[in-house]
Amino acid sequence: MTAIPLGVPRRLVEFTLDGQDARVPEGSTILEACRAAGKDVPTLCEGDTLTPKNACRVCVVEVEGARTLAPACSRRAEPGMVVRTDTERARHSRKVVLELLASSVDLSTTPSVARWIKEYEAKPDRFGPDAARVDEEPRVDNDLYVRDYGKCILCYKCVDACGDQWQNTFAISVSGRGFDARISVEQDAPLTDSACVYCGNCIEVCPTGALSFKSEFDMRAAGTWDEARQSETTTVCAYCGVGCNLTLHVQDNEIVKVTSPHDNPVTHGNLCIKGRFGYQHVQNRD
Amino acid sequence: MDLRFGDSEPTDEERAAVDALLGPPESSWEGAARDGTDAADLRWARGGREARDRRDLLLPGLHALNDRIGWISEGALDYLCRRLTVPPAQAYGVATFYAMFSVRPRPATVLHVCTDLACTAAGATDLSTDVEARLGPESGVRVERGPCLGLCERAPAALVIRAGDSARPACEGGTVQAVRGSGGAAPGDGKERRGRDTPRATAVCAPATPDAAVRAATAPENAPAEPAPALAVPQAGDPALTLLERVGTADPTSLDDYRAHGGYTALRRAFALGPAGVIREVTDAGLVGRGGAAFPTGRKWQATAAQPDHPHYLVCNADESEPGTFKDRVLMEGDPYALVEAMTIAAYATGAHKGYLYLRGEYPRALTRLTHAIAQARNRGLLGDDVLGQGYAFDIEIRRGAGAYICGEETALFNSIEGYRGEPRSKPPFPVEKGLFGKPTVENNVETLVNVLPILTMGAPAYAAIGTAASTGPKLYCVSGSVDRPGVYELPFGATLGELLTLAQVRAGLRAVLLGGAAGGFVRPDELDIPLTFEGTRQAGTTLGSGVVMAFDDTVPLPRLLLRIAEFFRDESCGQCVPCRVGTVRQEEALRRIADRTGAAAAGDIDLLREVGRAMRDASICGLGQTAWNAVESAIDRLGAYE
Repeated sequence: MTAIPLGVPRRLVEFTLDGQDARVPEGSTILEACRAAGKDVPTLCEGDTLTPKNACRVCVVEVEGARTLAPACSRRAEPGMVVRTDTERARHSRKVVLELLASSVDLSTTPSVARWIKEYEAKPDRFGPDAARVDEEPRVDNDLYVRDYGKCILCYKCVDACGDQWQNTFAISVSGRGFDARISVEQDAPLTDSACVYCGNCIEVCPTGALSFKSEFDMRAAGTWDEARQSETTTVCAYCGVGCNLTLHVQDNEIVKVTSPHDNPVTHGNLCIKGRFGYQHVQNRD
Repeated sequence: MDLRFGDSEPTDEERAAVDALLGPPESSWEGAARDGTDAADLRWARGGREARDRRDLLLPGLHALNDRIGWISEGALDYLCRRLTVPPAQAYGVATFYAMFSVRPRPATVLHVCTDLACTAAGATDLSTDVEARLGPESGVRVERGPCLGLCERAPAALVIRAGDSARPACEGGTVQAVRGSGGAAPGDGKERRGRDTPRATAVCAPATPDAAVRAATAPENAPAEPAPALAVPQAGDPALTLLERVGTADPTSLDDYRAHGGYTALRRAFALGPAGVIREVTDAGLVGRGGAAFPTGRKWQATAAQPDHPHYLVCNADESEPGTFKDRVLMEGDPYALVEAMTIAAYATGAHKGYLYLRGEYPRALTRLTHAIAQARNRGLLGDDVLGQGYAFDIEIRRGAGAYICGEETALFNSIEGYRGEPRSKPPFPVEKGLFGKPTVENNVETLVNVLPILTMGAPAYAAIGTAASTGPKLYCVSGSVDRPGVYELPFGATLGELLTLAQVRAGLRAVLLGGAAGGFVRPDELDIPLTFEGTRQAGTTLGSGVVMAFDDTVPLPRLLLRIAEFFRDESCGQCVPCRVGTVRQEEALRRIADRTGAAAAGDIDLLREVGRAMRDASICGLGQTAWNAVESAIDRLGAYE
């Protein structure tokens, strides 16, 4: 069990959520209130260890009196607010946003999205066969991880994790503008020529599989990746004395990738290059 | 931050361009030569707050490089990043955000040809093709077709920017003046090589003929002077004018002349009233923002003034980039001191000691005029530590935009000034609470601020008596398109669209009027009795926006116009949120598909447009995505564009 820091007691905010009274601690987002009430609001760019960027707009809800819809992931609940999460208007925006995304990038490795596309009856094909897509070859320029822009939804989570929210390496940023905007390193160079320190924290937060372990990428390409056959074991990293938690994903008795528990109060899911990628010695049996 | 830099080095010229802005580097850690003799280097450290405080010099630094070299190389960007302690990846993200910068080599001279609504209607497509053919690849000039240059009254328009050494006398539209010091060789010393020996120059060419554009592109320093700003004001000299009264009558380069025409009486009154008194006057006058959102100015000022957090900032939004809008340009070129005075009053009322004037990068003459006006005001004690001897400190810094429509959005503008990508922030928190540099900020556009002067000189009741009860005061309109007298018009709120168009001598065969620019909406020729007020246009189901009135006669192909609007938004979307980033692309694709279709053949795509447009309006982060569908929707619904 992980220790949860208690923090300062917070006042409760009372507001109306889908016609029912809701009470959440001050500073909570509408999304947190929804989750507490057991409501399913779809989100793509929201991350449990990062400040929400609210860029995907799939979690929009209707706030009474507001001209536009509000992103549930980052709009904080205010006293007396009247929020509706499942109106025709909110559902319409979610549906169209899912269509826009699914028609422009490959969401096949994005968890839950297939379910939402079905639930909201989104039809990504209806923009026609000529609809612009981000069709780019995956960039394989190092042995540790792969960047696949064809799956990137520009949620900015990797940028935030690499930058001031966790790693402080600032190796990646968004370049360009509009539909041509891409996550990139300086001069759009290969990763090996960049400031990247290969901590892999960007992979940890990537919601779509646009960033993935080279091991996972290769196994997917070979058709051998099978999550049903994988087991997860959380252990302590043996490299130094900090004691970061590692979750080893093992398939057929081989470590196929390493993640870290997000609820760990020390690391919040972040690791360094050794913890994340330095596992080959474990399975080097010669 | 532990920053990693590549091994690319800047050229001497690139280094000089950055050093001219930031001064020479102090240590090899920030890019000085490593000669092994400077023991101080071993004990040198700078970081933390000091480094963060210089981040906002990134945009001026990128401008310095682009102005001098014409593009931003890897070595140059790295050097700038070393000097400012900015991660190269972030600086690359910023440099690639703006349309006026290039991170790939390009010729020193770039000719921007506007292909937006008014200019296309006036033949910009043929113009750019013709100019490209005449210049040819050997000329060393790149022709770039781009969005509105804000010269709609003189369409078609072109702007030449030649990179070069700004330390040498440069010409801005025929007026020779030293931009900074005299570090280089004298002009006309026979060296005509591009780059280091060529002075930086800009030239505005409008209305542009192929001949004039080619001549301006090959020798921008010899380009004929731009017509006086007053020529953009058909009513110039009319004693009934309030906001435009000095345009054409007072010399925009003379502070004395400004004062002789009533300048600085409003500031004196402001000091007599005190900050709270000024806010009361502005509130009582009923002034609302003229940038398009129509938010009550007094309330905004009051909310900022009341914030306990300090410092407070004042930002003047002079990034007018809405296709069809040029009123702020005319005000700044024709009456620059009025803006300086109005900013001083706004700062005084809201408790700000520093004001940023965010000026769009495509306005060279406004930049020259305001730089001059601010320097003059500072020399005379009208800006600085002790404004008018009243013990109030205030100064203005000009920040130049670099070609991004989105930076007119208030929070995107803050990010741009701070040295980040010009992406809008989500609200709340609102700028009055957390704005520029996270501090309480009041942001007003140029026209809004200039309205403060008559409010203080004539008093709130007299000002509020102008216009209607809900829309008070005079209003500026930018009239262009199929009219014989295009330009900026001033009318009290409440005049009808028809009256305005009659003043501008609208041509026969009017097919449609675009109100409020690309983010506004079309109205029909039989709706000319719409009163030009916020409430009147709202009642008519349209918007006044920023005051754009573009008339199109029946020779203009409507579907082409709509396609251009869609193209504009796709091009200018920052890309942050999905509805706007992908929605604008899908909108343009659908309009391309139905470009020549009507009726049933277009119906499917029109339904698609409606659905995407609705989600863009509801779910986009900022006004750009929220309004990108307005004009197209109004053309379908009100004009029957595809019936």
